[in-house]
Amino acid sequence: MNLLEQLKRAGAIAKKDLMIYYFRGPVIIQGLLIPAFLFFSFSFKRDVPLDFLLSGLVGMSLFFAVSAITPVIAPWETRMKTFERLVSCPISLWAIIMGDVVASVLFGMFITIFILAACVVILGAQIITLPLLAGIVTGAFCFSSFGTLISVPPTDQPSDIMLIATLIKFPLIFISGVFAPLHDMGAVRFLSYISPLTYFTDLVRHAMLGESSFSPWVSVLVLAGFAVVLYSTAVIWHRKNLGKRF
Amino acid sequence: MNIIQTENLVRDFNSFRAVDHISFQVEKGEIFGLLGPNGAGKTTTIRMLTGVLEPTEGCARIGGYDIQEDPIQAKQMMGIVPEMANAYIDLSAMNNLLLMGELYGISREKRKRRAEELLKAFKLYEKRKQKVKTFSKGMKQRVILGMALMNDAEILFLDEPTGGLDVESTRLIHQMIRQFSREGTTVFLTTHNIEEANILCDRTAIMNYGRIVAIDSPEKLKSAIQSTSSVAVAFRKTVELEALQFKGVSSVEKEGDKYRLYSREVEKVIPKLVHYAEETGNTVISLKTLGPSLEDVFVKLTKGGET
Repeated sequence: MNLLEQLKRAGAIAKKDLMIYYFRGPVIIQGLLIPAFLFFSFSFKRDVPLDFLLSGLVGMSLFFAVSAITPVIAPWETRMKTFERLVSCPISLWAIIMGDVVASVLFGMFITIFILAACVVILGAQIITLPLLAGIVTGAFCFSSFGTLISVPPTDQPSDIMLIATLIKFPLIFISGVFAPLHDMGAVRFLSYISPLTYFTDLVRHAMLGESSFSPWVSVLVLAGFAVVLYSTAVIWHRKNLGKRF
Repeated sequence: MNIIQTENLVRDFNSFRAVDHISFQVEKGEIFGLLGPNGAGKTTTIRMLTGVLEPTEGCARIGGYDIQEDPIQAKQMMGIVPEMANAYIDLSAMNNLLLMGELYGISREKRKRRAEELLKAFKLYEKRKQKVKTFSKGMKQRVILGMALMNDAEILFLDEPTGGLDVESTRLIHQMIRQFSREGTTVFLTTHNIEEANILCDRTAIMNYGRIVAIDSPEKLKSAIQSTSSVAVAFRKTVELEALQFKGVSSVEKEGDKYRLYSREVEKVIPKLVHYAEETGNTVISLKTLGPSLEDVFVKLTKGGET
């Protein structure tokens, strides 16, 4: 069975996910609202430039939008008994996971482009750069793979996975330079290097402010590296735990 | 030609052995039933055959492909109705079928045509655009069966295909299974419904505690236990069970308003019953001899169908 055929079948999974899980009112609102609430909470009465905060908002939006649904697809489908049907179809597990990842990438890009468009209006500047576009795609793949990795425990209770996701995602926001520049973060700065969100936020900041801690293309490469490692790890662990789902 | 072949399949869940060294073959075009009580290992077996679970030991070949070595090629030949399976309830019936078509690599035009054919055959065409969550259980099961048939499968795996369904849906699914068989499709089904195995299957394997305890055609399985031939008799007046314990009768049971006498020589029991009725001023209002049923075979081989 050739690779192209498996990728086409992954496309069918992505289409199914988009129809069932993503383009629904509550999901879209959640993708916009959580980053917006965090943005207003941390910008209120703070003497920080608006364009700095907006770059953090874009970073958070992609991160939350992309990693919102991927963690719950596997437990939800295990619970609804549809996962067994997918596994019994002539599609490899890596292609099923790829389909889930692609759906959330498309959704995340939709949300991020919506917010970027708002930023263009607010800042009145040309902020769309080639590294930023490449970063949105690689970042979305990276955060989505991160979401599928969270869903590895073979439970059929989405709430269990949501709890794990919350425990991991929120601390990441605070160590990734979203609300404070990396050089102001002291010792935590070194911790921020292990968070892919750091590189995406830095990339957005470069596009909006023209200044960053890393070269934009270095950030794109690091995000791509994180994406490959997280996706591969997710596939290996899902395969290992597959028998425990049924 | 054997289209399904298993050799010493074993599946352990930690220290529990769910399937214990089972080997069998299924011929092309055959309807093969795996019959057993709950917990016998039927679903675990079907999950190993369909590549959902890896066997702990042994191997299974589907259409010549090893399900472990060539899972995609093996699965491409199958249509599957998993136990307790669900269609995507937030998709329409049509979209569920089209999704399966895409996952089996069927071209756009062909999958649309096939989906329409199946929805018509299963009397769901008028509701094809409705979300499956609005369907009754019987309608959902028909959608699930339709999903399994999208790829014109050579082998159909049906895990408890009529479990909990109404009479109309059960009858429709039985008709479809017979039709697939006539058209040359191999059907492998699991059931705990003895009558379903009896009326549908060319051969049946009886499974208990993870092992196959018997495997043959339903009629041959019945003839193997002639000791359970019996006479069912109804009297006008009630009688004591002990009074019917004639010589040569192994046991007597009351079944509703009838009495069932088990014996190897039922022809000798009948005159005794008539004589007993005359002597006691009673009347025989019905009398019927019964051969062993598949249920008798099942009960005997699984020691009461206990799990």
